[in-house]
Amino acid sequence: MADLYQLSSASLDALFAALTADGRRILAPTEADGRSELNPVTRPDQVAKDYLQTTLSAKETVFPKVERLLSYTQAPGQVDLVDAEPHAVPTVLFGIRPCEASAFAALDAVFNWDYRDKFFNARLEQLSVIGVSCARRDDACFCTAVGGGPGATKGSDILLTPMAGGYLAEVLTDKGRAIQALAPDLFQPTSGVDKAALLANVPTAFDQPALTAKLPALFDSPLWSEQSLRCVGCGACAFVCPTCVCFDIQEEADKTGGRRLRAWDSCGYHMFTLHASGHNPRETQGARWRQRIYHKFSYYPERYGQLGCVGCGKCTRACPVDMNLQEHLVEASQVNP
Amino acid sequence: MSDPNIYLPHLMRIGKITQEAPGVRTFRLEFVDEAAASAWTFKTGQFGLYSAFGDGESTFCIASSPTRKGYIECTFREVGRVTAGLADKEVGDIVGFRGPYGNVFPIEQWKGKNLLFIAGGIALPPLRSVIWNCLDLRDWFQDITIVYGARSVADLVYKHELKEWQERPDVNLLCTVDPGGETPDWTGKVGFVPLIVEQANPSPENTVALVCGPPIMIKLTLPVLAKLGFTPESIYTTLENRMKCGVGKCGRCNTGKSYVCKDGPVYTLAQLNQLPAEY
Repeated sequence: MADLYQLSSASLDALFAALTADGRRILAPTEADGRSELNPVTRPDQVAKDYLQTTLSAKETVFPKVERLLSYTQAPGQVDLVDAEPHAVPTVLFGIRPCEASAFAALDAVFNWDYRDKFFNARLEQLSVIGVSCARRDDACFCTAVGGGPGATKGSDILLTPMAGGYLAEVLTDKGRAIQALAPDLFQPTSGVDKAALLANVPTAFDQPALTAKLPALFDSPLWSEQSLRCVGCGACAFVCPTCVCFDIQEEADKTGGRRLRAWDSCGYHMFTLHASGHNPRETQGARWRQRIYHKFSYYPERYGQLGCVGCGKCTRACPVDMNLQEHLVEASQVNP
Repeated sequence: MSDPNIYLPHLMRIGKITQEAPGVRTFRLEFVDEAAASAWTFKTGQFGLYSAFGDGESTFCIASSPTRKGYIECTFREVGRVTAGLADKEVGDIVGFRGPYGNVFPIEQWKGKNLLFIAGGIALPPLRSVIWNCLDLRDWFQDITIVYGARSVADLVYKHELKEWQERPDVNLLCTVDPGGETPDWTGKVGFVPLIVEQANPSPENTVALVCGPPIMIKLTLPVLAKLGFTPESIYTTLENRMKCGVGKCGRCNTGKSYVCKDGPVYTLAQLNQLPAEY
């Protein structure tokens, strides 16, 4: 059970100052060229005022676009390996939405379900999340269909819900309490606030558990290739997705040495599964689109007990050919195997 | 930092290079770090990620048997950047190895059974590990039959080992080349692998079949085995989808819900029948 407080708008200045004084980097949505992205800030007036969501996701804070896994020098008959240490700095993510906050658990599932990934873990350990609930939504949003909600607390250490004069603050975790302890006077105990009345109304357009149960029987449905006909395989959906974790490993090297890099990848790319022989197990864009849906809504729940989608809608907003994930899921829900 | 770097390979020195067939080489690899060597074990069927430093990593099976200590072997065909980088290496050069990864051939469960190995072309290496493992535990098993075919005599890999198996009284080797692939002095069979299997007419009774080869060979061999009475539970194969991590994270090797790197690479036909053909 979270401890409930009120935080006045004016007190954010002191909170940001306390976080900065504690040596933490604050990343928050800032606005430039008509879009919001996460950037380092030190004052609340730098934070975007009227953003729905950032275009890119917060996953880059724990899973960079490109990162070094190791480096080496070499000469004939000799290789010297150098382990890489992730550059993890104490970071507070301020203002990400509940959908995105909940996505860290989906990343964590992949990075640690069996072998533990030290690069991800080092960054996650240094990360605290001050989420901000959604008072509005757009047509791409469908968090309520996938177990989330505009005021869901999962993944936030502190969740702020905007209200008159400031925020309702729910302090949810030890990391949240550590932040509170930096400026305890700012958090005024409260009770009786009707949080639900402060939140956007996000309709639930499809029955996700029913869809997940049905997907194995829909594998050979023509639906997937039909839906994928528009797809240009650009991978934008994967890059903006807060849960997409599939990666490539590449070499950047010359004869004297080099480094091995991990980089974001996308199941939408033809080369993602291409064998050296030329054979490709997912030869068509339809097979690749199906993989995207099944990974998130069938394989993920079966293996990790959670979905690989948080309903944030970033993919839909980013898609250059207007593929709408929610509409496609609604359509799949209506097809009979 | 409590977690080790799971992407950091072992350094391996190339102890021996065998030219098997045009473009196909076998490396014998020894651990540079002796402590790592003595702590390291694997079971037959497992695979690894092999590094050509400067070019990257590729996935191959471990082609040697766990009963042969002190080294591992891999056999690869030069087809892309990494295998070209590996092909440039010489004895004494250093390559990287991560592994072992994946599941295993359950040879303990096969005690007292007949073993039928069926392989085509460059797909003998994964079965070669099992073959030597089982030959080194010969008392465990009844009859051991190996059907191996390649396009031509030149394309047969492990030629000296084929000769050794041919000469062993406790192994029945049926070596074949595709029609037109024979040489004047070829004394083996001529014909496609499925036909040779059918002619050999192996009994399915108390027999495990291991099949590995190009998709067309597997596709045409499975009906033959079914006709002979082999059940899907008694037929094993090993898949080799593209991988980057080998440890269940990079997201590309799955066939349906099954991750080849974690749930495989070894599957029975009964298991594969439950999965979509994304391999």
